[in-house]
Amino acid sequence: MKNALGIEIPEYIEGMGALEPYKGAWEKLQKGWMDETTVPPPNKAKMPHASKMCETLKDAILKADPHDGMTVSFHHHLRSGDGILVEAIKILAELGIKDITLASSSLTSAHDPILPYLKDGTITGIWSSGIRGELGKAIAEGVLPKPVVIHSHGGRVRDVHTGRIRIDLAILAASAADCEGNATGSHGPSAFGSMGYAAIDSWYAKQVVVVTDNLVDYPCVPPSIRQNYVDYVVKVDSIGDPTKIASGTTRITKSPMDLQIARLAAKAIIASDSFKQGFSFQVGAGGASLAVAKFIREAMKEKEVKGSFLLGGVTSYCVDMLNEGLFNSIFDVQSFDAAVSSSLLNNAYHIEIPAGLYANPFNCGCMTNKLDIVVLGALEVDTDFNVNVITGSEGAVRGASGGHSDTASGANLTVVVCPSFRGRIPIVKKQVHTVVTPGETIDVVVTERGICVNPRRPELRKSLEEAGLPVKDIEVLAEEVEKITGKSKDIECEDRIVGLVEYRDGTIIDVIRQVKQL
Amino acid sequence: MGNMSQHERKFKRRSMLYIPGNNPGMLQQGAVYGADGVLLDLEDAVALNQKDAARILVRHMLQNLDYSGCEVTVRINHLDTPFGRKDLEEMVPLQPDALRLPKVETVESLQETLKIIEQIEDEHGLPHDQMKVHAMIETALGVQNVYEIAGCSPRIDAISIGGQDLAADMQLVKSNDGIGIDYARKQIVMAAKARRIDVFDTVYVDVDDEEGLRDVTEYIKKLGFTGKAVINPRQVEIVNSVFTPTEAEIRKAVRVYKAFERNKKEGIGVFAVDGKMVDAPVVQRAIRVLEMADIELDTL
Repeated sequence: MKNALGIEIPEYIEGMGALEPYKGAWEKLQKGWMDETTVPPPNKAKMPHASKMCETLKDAILKADPHDGMTVSFHHHLRSGDGILVEAIKILAELGIKDITLASSSLTSAHDPILPYLKDGTITGIWSSGIRGELGKAIAEGVLPKPVVIHSHGGRVRDVHTGRIRIDLAILAASAADCEGNATGSHGPSAFGSMGYAAIDSWYAKQVVVVTDNLVDYPCVPPSIRQNYVDYVVKVDSIGDPTKIASGTTRITKSPMDLQIARLAAKAIIASDSFKQGFSFQVGAGGASLAVAKFIREAMKEKEVKGSFLLGGVTSYCVDMLNEGLFNSIFDVQSFDAAVSSSLLNNAYHIEIPAGLYANPFNCGCMTNKLDIVVLGALEVDTDFNVNVITGSEGAVRGASGGHSDTASGANLTVVVCPSFRGRIPIVKKQVHTVVTPGETIDVVVTERGICVNPRRPELRKSLEEAGLPVKDIEVLAEEVEKITGKSKDIECEDRIVGLVEYRDGTIIDVIRQVKQL
Repeated sequence: MGNMSQHERKFKRRSMLYIPGNNPGMLQQGAVYGADGVLLDLEDAVALNQKDAARILVRHMLQNLDYSGCEVTVRINHLDTPFGRKDLEEMVPLQPDALRLPKVETVESLQETLKIIEQIEDEHGLPHDQMKVHAMIETALGVQNVYEIAGCSPRIDAISIGGQDLAADMQLVKSNDGIGIDYARKQIVMAAKARRIDVFDTVYVDVDDEEGLRDVTEYIKKLGFTGKAVINPRQVEIVNSVFTPTEAEIRKAVRVYKAFERNKKEGIGVFAVDGKMVDAPVVQRAIRVLEMADIELDTL
């Protein structure tokens, strides 16, 4: 069957059940409720003064009923410094557990060492918002028997609510925790900030293990994870590499190309009617995206515009803008650098939020719905404004859906910043390899060679043209790019599906097919 | 061509971005940074063992790449080097908007180069009046001869000061304040103004010092320079913004020009705008501001 973008989607996948094709970005929300039923959270009881402490991570896993076919979940707040996920999978493999479904909120290059366990049948399925490095390559080459599912941050919460992801064991690393499992990422030697993606795991997993390298006296405050959801607590020597957990102060790029794109994007934003008193704003940590914040910050000061809230993945740059009084508050589902942790801990206007409040469409209103402006990156953009942030030019899985489609769907003005080509690889092209975010939710694509406005927004195009900005049709830009790079050959794929790209409402927006071996 | 106004010319000339001729990535992207012109460099930015590669690459780029919206100038090697002659032979037939000649010191040597250019153009059946020539003044002798150099051919469309080489030639100690080349800057500007041609300032080498670049650009704008060469794309926006009139300046210029048009009909040559006397030179300056702001006079 074909979905609303005309992409062929299988009706059924063995071991995963029936699939629903993507119908349109807001199609499933209009009813006011979700068709699927929600599963109840687990039913638990604890005797007074019973100890939750375990000697080792292995002890905790042994107590948590490890079994074949189980689903194990993790959060990715430790980014590329994570030392817990790999350790836990090794233990499960040593215990001879097979057929595990790995449900980590995202996967980074720190998780490359689990590749052997994908090959030997320990792990047979993956649900994640992002996959990179060796794992992404191997998955595209067909290492797993079942397709991986790429969901958005908001979509993951829905997947847990509906039981599409049924977590048997959640192993949640924290930079500080107490003996009852109250846990935070906002202080301690390995502080990483918000634990926003871990909350849903703690509420719904059958067994919850908190792992920390910093056991503090009871009670651990502020508790991001609360004791009434936690079964076991483990103190380990290290939860990971702090230098990689805290990726350091987020610096504005010096790349002239990124700066040029960012400057144009900022001009487009300022010329739009979304840049106004009280606007809300989200911007990523990547090169050009963060640089947009630099120019917006300057313009806010110059034009004396004050914003309402900053959302999302939060950088120290956001914290600076909060401290300068440019924004009223920050809602933080994930912190990108070390400096953010102390702000989260000490500033009442810097508020940690769980992923459901951040981006799940199926509740009484997530915060992405309140966004005025979001700036996002892209691996590829096509002439229908569809964006790929998951597969690279060689077909490997090497990116993250993250909050891309969530914020694009919610924001009044969604701006995608990307070069029109990288090296000799076209970025703006006729058709993307994989659609993650549908074009109907993208308003503007800003490249170094001009600004393309979605034809759905003629009034926006007019505003940008009146501001003297270099607006051009996206087809014209794609042709210009093709003239420079030449026509790129399509990635050769087998029929076999190795990945499903789930839209935030649970429908399937695209599939990832196995890359043909040369 | 002397005495050409901004309007008659195809391009503004606030910023000219140097691009090393042997760097394909930068050559490919040169036009996207908002610079009014690109300076494809075969000379100092290219190592001796890369000269051939740079010449071949720039040749291909000129033949295949669209620099539309950007004035394209190629800086060739001096004819005293083993590369200069070959550079001319390869570049002249491609007729970029202009050639930039380094270390021009005397009218005689310049005339000799211009003659070779014409010979090559003749061999290819090309006219002599299309491609312009920019003379770089980079030595004390060049500074002393600049008025003659600037006027020796209608082909000389602009002159520029090369600060680094000049400082070396003058045996100046390194300093950031530009005092040592200040006299030369003023002398070169005066020669250009007397000959009614454009004049470009030298590069600012500390690419991370944005404030320093802004200060020096504001200074050379006051001296009368048309624009400034830059060595990093990040410098373009700063130079452009200094040379772009502010909103207040534009509004003032509009008032002056409109008052001038009104009074002209009544035969009045001197009048007042905002309580200040306006006469012909003030009107000329207002027209210049409007040109820099891309405002067509007949639309006012």
